[in-house]
Amino acid sequence: MLKLRLYIAGDAPNSLRALANLKALCRDSLASVHELEIVDVLRDPQRALADGVFLTPTLVKFAPAPERRIVGSLSDLPPVLDALGLTGA
Amino acid sequence: MCISRGCALSGEWGAYWNMVANMLRFLPGSAAAEELMAGNDGQRSGEITKAPTGIEGLDEATRGGIPQGRTTLVEGGPGAGKTVLVLQSLVHAARDLNEPGIFVAFEEHSTQIEVNAAGFGWDLPTLRRKHLFFIDAQPKSDLIQSGDFDLRGLLAALDATIDRSKARRIAFDSIDVVLALLGDAASERREIYRLHEWLLARSLTAVITSKSGPDRAGRQPIAFMQFMVDCALSLEHRVVQTVSQRSLRVLKYRGTEFNENEVPFSIGPGGFDVASMQINAQPRAPVGHERLSSGVPRLDAMLGGGYFRGASILVTGAPGTAKSSLCAAFADAACRRGEATLLVSFDSDASEIVRNTGSIGIRLDRHLTRGRRAGLLQIAYARAVIGSAETHLTRIIEIARTHRARCMVIDPVSALSQAGNSATGHGVAERLIDWAKDHGITLLCSSLLAAAAPDVEGTSLRISTIADTWVHLHYLVRGGERNRGLSIVKSRGTAHSNQVRELLLSERGITLADAYIAGGEVLMGTLRWEREQADETARREVDLAERDSRRNLLSEEADLVVRLADLQIQLDSKRAKLDALGRAVTLRRDQAATRKSGRQSRRGADADSPKPRHVAR
Repeated sequence: MLKLRLYIAGDAPNSLRALANLKALCRDSLASVHELEIVDVLRDPQRALADGVFLTPTLVKFAPAPERRIVGSLSDLPPVLDALGLTGA
Repeated sequence: MCISRGCALSGEWGAYWNMVANMLRFLPGSAAAEELMAGNDGQRSGEITKAPTGIEGLDEATRGGIPQGRTTLVEGGPGAGKTVLVLQSLVHAARDLNEPGIFVAFEEHSTQIEVNAAGFGWDLPTLRRKHLFFIDAQPKSDLIQSGDFDLRGLLAALDATIDRSKARRIAFDSIDVVLALLGDAASERREIYRLHEWLLARSLTAVITSKSGPDRAGRQPIAFMQFMVDCALSLEHRVVQTVSQRSLRVLKYRGTEFNENEVPFSIGPGGFDVASMQINAQPRAPVGHERLSSGVPRLDAMLGGGYFRGASILVTGAPGTAKSSLCAAFADAACRRGEATLLVSFDSDASEIVRNTGSIGIRLDRHLTRGRRAGLLQIAYARAVIGSAETHLTRIIEIARTHRARCMVIDPVSALSQAGNSATGHGVAERLIDWAKDHGITLLCSSLLAAAAPDVEGTSLRISTIADTWVHLHYLVRGGERNRGLSIVKSRGTAHSNQVRELLLSERGITLADAYIAGGEVLMGTLRWEREQADETARREVDLAERDSRRNLLSEEADLVVRLADLQIQLDSKRAKLDALGRAVTLRRDQAATRKSGRQSRRGADADSPKPRHVAR
C-alpha cells in the first residue's frame, strides 16, 4: 500500500500549492488504496527534527520501499510520478 | 543593579558579561536578566557588542569578536577551515562561556564532525549533552525536486531547538549546499533574506559559512550575503612552493574598527590559531634588571652580567661557528637554575643534540625527562621543510605553553623562512619574539648567515632589529687555520664589550679567549699563540738591555762621584797654595819698604823731595 506524508509550513503559499497539487494527484492518479498524512512543521516542529525534514514542502513516500523524498510544491508532475512509481499506471 | 557597559566588550570582560547574562537568563521573570539581555544584545542603543570566538588572533583582528546578536559570514574555498572556525567558536561559547549553541550541518554529518573535533581535543559528546546541539540537515543525494520550496521547515525546527536549549549562538555550515538546491537567484536571495530576518528577530549571534566565488551555475549568492551581514570574514588557503599558507581577513565589520590586513593562521593541534598582529596590545611581562647567565662566564662578563630576563637574543653566524653550542650552553644554564626550558631544533633530534653537546662538556641529558621524573628541558625537533612557518609557530607556542617554559631556544630561527616560507618567515619570527616577550620568556634564537663576513651582519629574517642582544660568531681564516670569533653587535641596556673574542670549544665547555690585536689585526689560534710568544721574547730582551744599561750608568755615576771628590781635594790644595803665595808677596813688599825708609832716614834725605819720574817708570 502506498504510504505518503506531506510536511508543510502552515499556510505558506508553496505549502498550500503542494497540498492542492497532491490532492489533485490523489484524485486523478491514485485510485488504489493509499494512506496520506499531513504534518504542519510550524505546529509540530519536533516531527520535522525527528524526521530530518527541513525544506518545506516535502513529500515523503515510506512504502513501498525504498523511501523517496520530493521537495517543492509538486507543480512539476513527471518527477513526482516517477518517484512514486506511478509512471506505468 | 548598575553595571557599566562599554561599546566593545572583549576578552575576559566579554566572557564575564556573557556568563553573567547567561546565568540570569535562566531565572524566570528576573528583571535584571531582561535588562541585561536587552543591553547585551546591543540593539537598543545601537552599540555593537561583541561575542568572543575564543580564537585569540581572530578576536584581536575583530577587536573583541563577532557581532553579538548579528550575523557573520565566513567564506572560503574547500579546506580553508570554515567548519573548524565556526565549530571552535561554538565550542568556546559552550565550554568556556556557558553559552549554548546550535550547529546546523548542511555538509558533514554530526558524527563525522564529532570525530574531527576529537582530533582538536574538543569533547563534543560531553558538550552535546548540555550546551551544543547539532542539526543534521544534509540534503539527501536522491532528493527529488518538483517546484518551489523554502527553509521554513528548518526555521520551525530551529525555533523548537532554541526553546529547548536556550541557545544564543548558531552556525550554518555551509549554506551554499542548500542554496544550490534552490535553483535560481531570486529564490536564493529570498531564502538568504528569510534566514537573516529570522536570525535578527531572535538576536542570535550567527555564523554562516559559504564557499567563496560563484556557484556551479555561475551565480553569486555570496555577494548578496556579504552585503547583508554585519561582519564578513574570508579564509584563504594557498600553496606557495609546496608549503601550505593559510590566511584570514576581515572583509567588513559594520560599526566598528577592525584589522583590515590579511592575518596568517594555521590549524594546529588545538584548532584555529590566528596570528596575533597587534604590537604592545597586551600588557607585557614586567621589565626587570635580572641577568641570566649565557652559560659562558666570559660572555656574561662581556654582557655586563648576562642576558636580561625576558630579552630576545639573536646569535648569528655561518655554519659551524658554534651557534648550537651557545644555544645548548644557555639551555643548560637555564635548567641548572631550575627553569623549565624548551629547545626547538630544526637541525637535529634530541639524541643527536645530547650527543653533540656532550662532546663539549654540556650534559643536557641530565635535564631531560627520565622515566617518571619530569625533566626541566624539553627538546623539540621540527623539520623545516614540513609545514608552513605558521604551523611551526603554532606548534612551538603550544609546546612552550604546555611545558611552561621560562627560557626558550630556537635553533635556527632562519629555518622558518626556508622553502615556501620566505614571504611569511619574517613575520612569524617577529611574532614568536613578541609572544615570548609578552610572556616574559627569555628567547635565544640562532640564525644562519650565508656570508661569514661581519660587515654583512644582516640576518635573512631581519629580526636583528627587534632582538635585544645580538651576538655574532664568525670565522677568521689565516695561516691555514679556521678560528671562531665572537663579538657583541648590540645589547640593549647594557654597556657591553666591543672586543672580538676568540671562542674555544673543548671537552670542558665553551671558553672565550682575548683575541690578540696587533697592528689593527685580530689574531687567533696558533697565530695568536706565536705572536704572543714572539712578543714575550722581545719584551724580555728589552728588559735585559734596560737592566744592563742601568747598571752601567750606575757604575759610571759612582766613578764620577769619586772623581769629583778627588778633584775637589786638588782644587782645595791649589787654592791653599795660591793663598800662601799671595801672603809671601805682601810680606816681601812690606820688608822692602821698611828697608828703603830706614836707608833714607839714615842718609838724612828730604822727605818731601819728588821722586825722579824716570826712575819710577
